[in-house]
Amino acid sequence: MAFEYAPAPESRSVVDIRPEYGLFIDGAFVAAVDGEPMKTVDPASEEVLAEVAQAGPADVDKAVAAARRAYEKVWGRMPGAERAKYLFRIARIVQERARELAVLESIDNGKPIRESRDVDIPLVAAHFFYYAGWADKLAYAGFGTTPLGVAAQVIPWNFPLLMLAWKIAPALAAGNTVVLKPAETTPLTALVFAEICQQADLPPGVVNIVTGAGDTGRTLVEHAGVDKVAFTGSTEVGRQIARSVAGTSKRVTLELGGKAANIVFDDAALDQAVEGIVNGIFFNQGHVCCAGSRLLVQESVADEVLDRLKRRMATLRVGDPLDKNTDVGAINSAEQLARIRTLAGIGEEEGAERWSAPCVLPERGFWFAPTIFTGVTQAHRIAREEIFGPVLSVLTFRTPAEAIEKANNTPYGLSAGIWTEKGSRILWAAERLRAGVVWANTFNKFDPTSPFGGFKESGYGREGGRQGLEAYLAG
Amino acid sequence: METHEAERLAAELAGSPEALRTFLSGLPGVDQVGAEQRAATLATRSIKTTAKQWALDLAVRMVDLTTLEGADTPGKVRALCAKAMRPDPADPGCPPVAAVCVYPTLVPTAVAQLRGSGVHVASVATAFPSGQAPLAVKLDDVRAAVAAGADEVDMVIDRGAFLAGRYEEVFRQIVAVKEACGDAHLKVILETGELVTYDNVRRASWLAMLAGGDFIKTSTGKVAPAATLPVTLVMLEAVRDFRDRTGRQVGVKPAGGIRTAKDAIRYLVLINETVGEDWLDPRWFRFGASSLLNDLLMQRAKMATGRYAGPDYFTLD
Repeated sequence: MAFEYAPAPESRSVVDIRPEYGLFIDGAFVAAVDGEPMKTVDPASEEVLAEVAQAGPADVDKAVAAARRAYEKVWGRMPGAERAKYLFRIARIVQERARELAVLESIDNGKPIRESRDVDIPLVAAHFFYYAGWADKLAYAGFGTTPLGVAAQVIPWNFPLLMLAWKIAPALAAGNTVVLKPAETTPLTALVFAEICQQADLPPGVVNIVTGAGDTGRTLVEHAGVDKVAFTGSTEVGRQIARSVAGTSKRVTLELGGKAANIVFDDAALDQAVEGIVNGIFFNQGHVCCAGSRLLVQESVADEVLDRLKRRMATLRVGDPLDKNTDVGAINSAEQLARIRTLAGIGEEEGAERWSAPCVLPERGFWFAPTIFTGVTQAHRIAREEIFGPVLSVLTFRTPAEAIEKANNTPYGLSAGIWTEKGSRILWAAERLRAGVVWANTFNKFDPTSPFGGFKESGYGREGGRQGLEAYLAG
Repeated sequence: METHEAERLAAELAGSPEALRTFLSGLPGVDQVGAEQRAATLATRSIKTTAKQWALDLAVRMVDLTTLEGADTPGKVRALCAKAMRPDPADPGCPPVAAVCVYPTLVPTAVAQLRGSGVHVASVATAFPSGQAPLAVKLDDVRAAVAAGADEVDMVIDRGAFLAGRYEEVFRQIVAVKEACGDAHLKVILETGELVTYDNVRRASWLAMLAGGDFIKTSTGKVAPAATLPVTLVMLEAVRDFRDRTGRQVGVKPAGGIRTAKDAIRYLVLINETVGEDWLDPRWFRFGASSLLNDLLMQRAKMATGRYAGPDYFTLD
């Protein structure tokens, strides 16, 4: 007899979404000088959640000026041990408000509450704790102790608060002040983070949050008053940013797209490899820049792996992001859903075989069933372009050398996975894979102590770990 | 037709220790970190309201209500049997448990009490819990239990032989015990706490299934760690793969250390999302437990009344 799980929704009552939000500049919420507000929606229901201000050039000026004042008068000259106190305080408040932040993240982004509760928010707190520890030990990190000044930071919608933490924690620890622009579709947790800064008595101007769309981001990174640009997002926008800062004294770090290979050798622990494949591509609906979106499986076990993978995918629970038993939530926006559909359509046209997990998708909201394509070759667009959705391209290989060749044959190089029970093969493969992160017998594992970043078109610079401080220190 | 394949495979491997070793070593490995992470993720499933009611009743029906103490008496076993048939005297809707599990000397008492009730009588045998006795003694132990009326036998494997790599010896012993069981169902206790690695658990599971075990069981309850979620996950994957390969379905019984309804529901989730509903049945999944039943009853009563009753409202075993 079937075991039907009753709905187990996490309560929304812990969040208090205001009807409208201003910009967070110089320690206070202020209205935008000009520009129409934008709406942020719940991707699981298409309901409008709030109106959020769009920062124009005058607002960005104000924010950068506030950050400059705070840098020169307070933060840049504050002893590291004192800065650490604020960062520790922020980390603790994030933990205290973890449930609220997790629920809000799931509402605004569409990701399952299990992930926002167990992955995103704990990692946010961990990043602040970790970099708080570095603030008074910069002399031992090896990158000097002089901050850069004002950092302009633009982050994506896939891990809204976590990407904020990756950007803000090391910047503040090193003595910089920041102006951060959250993604257009997911501004709400960044705005609650602004409240947390107030709650932590962070000096005004150290953190400024300017909401808006692409224009706001462009204005911010092109602003003459910023010393440093940090961006996470698409390779296309990353290129524009690289062009716009060329010839200026601004320092840049870019964390861009990926098309990671997840390589399964025939001697892998198959059941766990299947879990790793699922986690690699269906975690966060595949909205992960380091997602294992290309499965390279050794031909001798390909059929068995695919059988097991399909059986496992049939158990994925797709639906209400706030249900504690949901594995795969909503696609973040109509625009992203359209892109996934287009690329999946191209996959079929190009002759790859499509298989989607049998699941009933809700009528309202943006949804895409977990999908795999078999019979994919290196020449297919779905094997080359980043889909940024729950779509896996399956390729096969016969020899280890062929696996490495195919894995590296991409313009990207953010991450890779190796599945084998043989330790020597892990080391052999890791040495040859041109990717910033290589996971062995696991995937999508993150830790503040571990640096993260790309090769080739996946960007440059590292975030996380001791290495992550380099991006925010002048030497 | 279906069991033919299991028999064919067993016959092919039984003749040669090398073939059996090669086969068991050729099973895909188990990655410890990955298996434990999967089990931990499934343990976060939130089972509420109607799903919880359903799961609690199913869990009660899967309990092998167990007493395996040197101090066991016929009186205690009679009380246990009464409880097995009507776990909650205040609620006639409460289903009976699957079986009562006792030492061989107490089987006649249990048989007399449970006759006609549908509750099975399980007996541990084969020099339980250590298994450290000559094969002839173990087989006599089994025959005595079956002759006394046990319709389920819980045997222990020879862990010493298994860990020494003498797989064929273990195989032959299980075959012999199975034969001594006659019509009684054979549960093979792997004592996973002594096998230590998940690779060993998977190999021992296959060995027991190939040798004809009807159930594979984690533990005697006398060795720590006893049943855990990841060990049970590995065993469930083994019975699933064995059925895919041979067509024969084998049951799974975690035993030892499962004390709360919450734990039991986690196991049901594990079944549901690993092997599916075919195993969500007392014929194919059992809990070897004693104190678990009272917590299940307490939670059932809470679901029905909205209030928790104190432990004095449920009988001690």
